[in-house]
Amino acid sequence: MQAVQDKEGIKRYLITLHVNGDSYTRVVKANTLLVNVLRDDLDLTGTKKGCELGDCGSCTVLLEGKPVNSCMVLAVEADGREILTIEGLAQNEKLDQIQEAFVDNAAVQCGYCSSGMIMSAKALLTSNPDPTEQEVREAIAGNLCRCTGYVNIVKAILSCRKSEEGSE
Amino acid sequence: MKEQHSVIGKSVPKIDGRVKVTGQAKYTGDLKLSNMLVGKILTSPHAHAKILNIDTSQAEQLPGVKAVITHKDVPDLKYGISPARWDENIFCIDKVLFVGDKVAAVAAIDEEIVYKALALIKVDYEELPAVFDPLEALEEGAPLLHESFAGNVNTEIHQNFGDVEKAFSEAYHVRTDQFVGQRTYQCPIEPHSAISVWEGGKLTVYSSTQSPHYFQYYIARQFGLKMGDVRVIKPYMGGGFGGKLEPTGLEFAGAALAMKTGRPVKMFYDRHEMFAHNRGRHKQIMKITTGVDKNGKIIGVHADFIMDGGAYTSLGVATAYYAGAMLPLTYEYENYKFDMIRAYTNLPACGAQRGHGHPQPRYAFECHLDMVAEDLGMDPLELRMRNARQPNTITPNDFKINSCEMEACLEKAKELSGWQEKKESLPSGKGIGVAVGSFVSGAGYPIYRTNLPQASAVIKVNEDGTSATLYTGAVDIGQGSDTVLCQMAAEAMGFTYEQMKIVAADTETTPHDFGAYASRQTLMSGAAVKQAGEEVYQQLLEMASMMLKTDFRDLVCCLGMISSKTNPEVTITFAEVAREFFVRKGPLVGKGSYTPPKLGGTFKGAPVGTSPAYSFCAQVSQVDIDEETGEINVEEVWDVHDCGTVINPSLVQAQVHGALFMGVGEAVWEEVLFDDKGKIVNANLGEYRLPTALDMPKVTTDLVFGDELEPAGPWGVKEVGEGATIPTMGCYSNAIYDAMGVRVYSLPLSYEKVWRALKEKREQEQQG
Repeated sequence: MQAVQDKEGIKRYLITLHVNGDSYTRVVKANTLLVNVLRDDLDLTGTKKGCELGDCGSCTVLLEGKPVNSCMVLAVEADGREILTIEGLAQNEKLDQIQEAFVDNAAVQCGYCSSGMIMSAKALLTSNPDPTEQEVREAIAGNLCRCTGYVNIVKAILSCRKSEEGSE
Repeated sequence: MKEQHSVIGKSVPKIDGRVKVTGQAKYTGDLKLSNMLVGKILTSPHAHAKILNIDTSQAEQLPGVKAVITHKDVPDLKYGISPARWDENIFCIDKVLFVGDKVAAVAAIDEEIVYKALALIKVDYEELPAVFDPLEALEEGAPLLHESFAGNVNTEIHQNFGDVEKAFSEAYHVRTDQFVGQRTYQCPIEPHSAISVWEGGKLTVYSSTQSPHYFQYYIARQFGLKMGDVRVIKPYMGGGFGGKLEPTGLEFAGAALAMKTGRPVKMFYDRHEMFAHNRGRHKQIMKITTGVDKNGKIIGVHADFIMDGGAYTSLGVATAYYAGAMLPLTYEYENYKFDMIRAYTNLPACGAQRGHGHPQPRYAFECHLDMVAEDLGMDPLELRMRNARQPNTITPNDFKINSCEMEACLEKAKELSGWQEKKESLPSGKGIGVAVGSFVSGAGYPIYRTNLPQASAVIKVNEDGTSATLYTGAVDIGQGSDTVLCQMAAEAMGFTYEQMKIVAADTETTPHDFGAYASRQTLMSGAAVKQAGEEVYQQLLEMASMMLKTDFRDLVCCLGMISSKTNPEVTITFAEVAREFFVRKGPLVGKGSYTPPKLGGTFKGAPVGTSPAYSFCAQVSQVDIDEETGEINVEEVWDVHDCGTVINPSLVQAQVHGALFMGVGEAVWEEVLFDDKGKIVNANLGEYRLPTALDMPKVTTDLVFGDELEPAGPWGVKEVGEGATIPTMGCYSNAIYDAMGVRVYSLPLSYEKVWRALKEKREQEQQG
């Protein structure tokens, strides 16, 4: 990774992030968090900050397909890697099935956890298209929601199971 | 008495659902303004200390710092949300009163520099003895927080209705129990933030607030500005639950920094600071005595409570009154005495959390009533049925109850849960419990004294009639008020929800409304919206009657189509008529406002707890207790509500789920804990133990409806969002007792407490 030193001796690193299919090159400090690059530098504010401690999961993005708390990932760690954020989910105005399900099942209240919740659900359903309810609950156990009691969120995710296809 | 509706009563998708699932919705913390600075508040590391000196010189010299302010740079006027006790300053002047009290603030070009600058502010403190327990705070010689509040008494209440002593002396059975609640915190997932912009003597504040109006009022008052020169805008908001109802300090500090620097300033709390600012639920110590006759009919109740208020008043005067005022809502009895002291302690101030003041007393009362029932050898559900409030009654503290399906709620919960057979047949370790609740559908009186209407609304139909915009000061904090108010507008106008748009919660572009608290918006904002919609409807039909040359009384408009009642051939669209209206008369606008009737008695504190209408609910839950570990597994919950006419069934369900969830957390895990220096030891969502998706029990919800619509609410609506929080804690406690024969007398009903109670019981049995 290319690095330059500023006048105070602090190193800056040149990184390239592949976000939602596009590449962005930025200069960051060693301690710059991925969530801050996404939000502040790329203006992808759909990724939320709720605690900056890795507790709430509001900042969940997919890093190489795996859900991570982007407040717990250094920007330099994400150099050269594929990142999917909530903004990359809908394709050409067409919502992802999970996004549709969240709207249809009243799984969104304040919406602050929704981005992270949907990304965790996306990761789950990609690797396990037919999860049990318990598997759904486990997959979103790192995403805290204060509004819904998770009832409609779980319902929404379950409605996206492969086995539910054509059942409506 | 079912009316036919075309828009309300339908589970339409939320109006903001799509922007929230795509990540497009901008919350306050997502906003970026040109030339914006970042600001933060420096807080006290001590629970109680004199401020000897504040040296900001080093911080000011740090490159990138644009302003450092202390109490010297801001008005010294005391503020608070509750005008009865203004006891806070923007920054502490002489002393700090809790760990987290506000001392100074910095604005700089980025977050990193702000934190560096905060560390460079040198504050010399002289530590003072501190007090963290409300009972100790009330003892003679305890450290005094506020000079003007002797004995650390923030609020003292003594209310007496009927003759409780006489009732107890005549009672067949009298019993007293004591319970202790805990401090909990609202924990909205979105942290508090505010952006202040000072431009040409006018202030604009974007804020994560439940009430732009109160913020506008208090910010204007604090800085001596006209309310018209202060604009407060609520962007999308990530939950509040009561914690974002009052100014947080970010708005005041941000405004002062913006005025000083001439640049927009974004202020925010991190998760730790949110806990430290707090304003969560009060811990209450609740002694409760009930006298019953031999049939289990309650004849008198005495509630004798003390609450830990923390260092400031916050909304605590109201909380203190609410704690006792709402107990008589659910059961009928004439003799009632309520004593309460809210004590100051050197801990963060407590305020209004979902169910404001009521959930802990209700926990105490519902546990206590189960014990009374056991003394009488009576089924606890039966005891509740015998005392259940009836419609069109008045409580001893002068609250007028119109619609009330308390009895039907209990009956339905009994039926759904299979209470009767479970009560007899559940195996050891499993138990079933019942509890009830009730809540106001909007507070009868606003927080500060004013004759402004509670709510107002304007609807403007677009020139070509194909859409209409509702302008309302009501505040959607996630609960879905934007959606239900648009449904109500469309219903009243004879229009469709899909063509409704909304502009809300902006003190400049929307008409006045007090905001999201006390479960008030569906009823109060809804009443204003209905009136505005009806005004549009009236004008539209008059225009249509001119165009169609028919009597307007013969016309009806529904879902955007106007038709004749007598001649099916005559139809014209809403859009055509609205367009013609614009051409002939200018904008088609309807307006409405809502002021509740005069409510309540004349005794001291009589306004608190008054409401145009009250919701009722009953809950049954079934638990499975691990005898070895005390672990509580809630297997299923049956929640039945009387919330009046339903505007959006799926949003009602969603409110019940969320409220139950908060009750579950408070019942079993949640508690803000402090060390012996008054520092919070679990100021994060992990250690505070916010429940996860794995902790939520299976829930079945149902609604009951009376024969008569609630007369006070538009279309007969009442509240649901807060009331549903109330029964859970008592319900679980009663189920645990049913399962194991042990009673936990304090919240949360943690595994450890259950385990200890089981151990004690075993030891007693062995000795006996």
